[in-house]
Amino acid sequence: MPNLTDLEYLRLNRFQKALHKIGRFFAAIPRWFLSLFIAIWNKLKGFGIAIKNQVLDIILTFKNGSWKTRVSFFIMGFGNLARGQILRGLLFFIFQVVFIFYMVVSGGHWLSKFGTLGDVGSGRVYDPILDTYVLEAGDDSFKILLYGLLTIIFIIALVYTWRLNVKQNRIADEIIASGKKLKSGKDDIKSLTDDYFHKTLLALPVAGIVIFTVIPIIFMILVAFTNYDGAHDGYSNLFTWVGLDNFNELLALASNNNNLSYTFGEILSWTLMWAIFATFTNYFLGMFVAIMINKRGIHLKKLWRGILVLTIAIPQFVSLLYVSKLFANNGLVNGLLMDWGWISSPIQFWKDPTLARIMVIVVNIWIGIPYLMLIATGILMNIPKDMYESSRIDGANAFQQYSKITLPYMLFVTGPYLLTSFVNNINNFNVIYLLTWGQAVDNPLLTTSGGNATSVDLLITWLFKITTGATSNYKLAAVIGIMIFVVVAGISLIVYNLIPSSRNEDDYS
Amino acid sequence: MKNTNRAKRHMGMKTKSRISNTIIYIVLALMMVIWLIPFVCILLESFRVETTMQVGYVVPKQWGFDNYINLLTKTDFPTWYLNTFIIGLVVSVVQTIMVLCTSYTLSRMRFKGRRGLMNFLLVLGMFPGFITMIVLYKVLSGVGMTGANSVPGLILVYSASSGMGYYISKGFFDTIPKSLDEAARVDGATRAQVFAKIILPLAKPIVIYTVLTAFMAPWGDFMFAKYISHNTSLGMNVAVGMQGMISTPASLAANYTQFCAGGVLVALPITLLFMFLQRYYVAGVTGGAVKG
Repeated sequence: MPNLTDLEYLRLNRFQKALHKIGRFFAAIPRWFLSLFIAIWNKLKGFGIAIKNQVLDIILTFKNGSWKTRVSFFIMGFGNLARGQILRGLLFFIFQVVFIFYMVVSGGHWLSKFGTLGDVGSGRVYDPILDTYVLEAGDDSFKILLYGLLTIIFIIALVYTWRLNVKQNRIADEIIASGKKLKSGKDDIKSLTDDYFHKTLLALPVAGIVIFTVIPIIFMILVAFTNYDGAHDGYSNLFTWVGLDNFNELLALASNNNNLSYTFGEILSWTLMWAIFATFTNYFLGMFVAIMINKRGIHLKKLWRGILVLTIAIPQFVSLLYVSKLFANNGLVNGLLMDWGWISSPIQFWKDPTLARIMVIVVNIWIGIPYLMLIATGILMNIPKDMYESSRIDGANAFQQYSKITLPYMLFVTGPYLLTSFVNNINNFNVIYLLTWGQAVDNPLLTTSGGNATSVDLLITWLFKITTGATSNYKLAAVIGIMIFVVVAGISLIVYNLIPSSRNEDDYS
Repeated sequence: MKNTNRAKRHMGMKTKSRISNTIIYIVLALMMVIWLIPFVCILLESFRVETTMQVGYVVPKQWGFDNYINLLTKTDFPTWYLNTFIIGLVVSVVQTIMVLCTSYTLSRMRFKGRRGLMNFLLVLGMFPGFITMIVLYKVLSGVGMTGANSVPGLILVYSASSGMGYYISKGFFDTIPKSLDEAARVDGATRAQVFAKIILPLAKPIVIYTVLTAFMAPWGDFMFAKYISHNTSLGMNVAVGMQGMISTPASLAANYTQFCAGGVLVALPITLLFMFLQRYYVAGVTGGAVKG
């Protein structure tokens, strides 16, 4: 793509301009990757420097510190206790004692088995007292993986706390040397409602996120590199590390099961297609409805809006399940059409792959328009009225007003929202599953690949079917989860780069 | 001559807008019919007595409350309903606290690691939440919070990570002027006092929005509830339970009208609550979309 000067660019016609922009976009992709690699390299370099500084600081602290500081290197919290900061000292000390106790009692055991995920299978062992064979439990790979992970996290926490302990001793030494007073436990507690209030507020939410999201996600990422499934459940049959096998299988790099990679390709492409259709049909139709209701001279605005908003309140599963049955073979729609003699046999709304795909998009429009109408109404009211006035005086018609004023404004303001709703649609479980579950959509290649996938399945519903079905293919579920992450993250990256205004969050206040 | 011409053009515009308005009225009326018909049908079919199967007509030939009575006495529906209600109640309280704490902190306070935390939560949100279920299910079943006893388990699953959904609420806090905080701080208030006495009273709309959405979410969740309740009827929420009622052709034929009655019973209180608090919901949704 040639670099055009402003003048040359302005001389192009509209089509050439668009072409030029698209060309520039793709020409810039290699540069993105380059800058991405440079950014990663710089991050790594920064990380290395930071580690070096930390180590240097620790060594200097030991060399220059008082004896209290030096003892604290081995007994955490000793310095704090010796200087009268009882609360901090006790917390450090208790943490260290608990850590040592845990590592001796069980942590070491889990960690030693982490490399193999267990080697003692369960089996029948002869019991001389009972004079019979009894079932003896062996290792449990699931527990080894989970507790091993927790132990590693515990060790990282200890290293961090130890570093904090060393740093506090250095600071305490400096404060004493300058003749000031150290903070007491009372001051510490007080500062939690003031200077460190953010720690108080964030403690509970962050703890919840770490325990219920971060650790499980790390666990599942690890599972993606094992052969954990229904056949290798961990206790009756151990599972172990398999490296990249699962990824190879899904992406057909090792072609022992082409069916799986075919299914993945089909479902991925439909997921993207669905997300695009679902997002943009809703967006434009919702905006259109909002414009219609907002038009001057239309009465009963409150009524139209009220009825649409009312349908948001009704829990989605009720409407989805009902609509699913409404279009079933013996449902109301087919029943009425046959009564009227328009058709002789029921239309297979959910069984014909193409028709089913159209149906889920149409029903999703029905579900989604009220939300978009709400959002668009709020934004449309913010567009200054005089812009429309002056454009009308200049002779613009309704369509020109829409394409030159309304649409650009809407797109600018709702850019981030569009991205969020695109991502939500990729993971839109309810609409797809509740509408089409139990309906065999004919594509035998998909069905036999495990999890009874159908042509309307998204990655997320496939994941659900895989984990709940008879096979319980957890390893594959983990890989699919990672794939969803890759897709979402990739799209988000591209869109963030395209949105012109990554707005400054301080602008509002 | 000139005047009449202008008048004519004026008339032309008026008739034109009248025509376009008429078209809009027709479209809107049609839309309202499409949007309301399923709900009218479900209401009518819930009163049908003569057959429990799906039939090709809407208006019952024989009216009665049989479906409601059967639903409330012969199925586990009351249990599902109570489960969902308890979950919704607890989750709405816990989630509101979590979201308010997170969003207020991230909006108002500048501390080391703030940017990093926000980016981390953004990336974390790109994983499908469901993959955490496989390990959480094992752990929760280890402590007996699944199956028949899945209400506490579901409460934990729904509310523990809810700090991640801080975006809309943060957008709201961003619009409250910072000078308010600073004035109070100058007068000697601690940050905790500023939060409790100045910000929280101002945050009433966003609190109500958070409570409302948090309360409504468990009524619609299928995925997590299905996994945690693990085919045990006593631990299901309404969505999973009612899906089970019509999951096979045989049960569909036997339960279809009961399902409709259940749908009405679920939709009614939520809709009433929603209508009552609609103002706050609209404000939250619109604000959330604008601020991303």
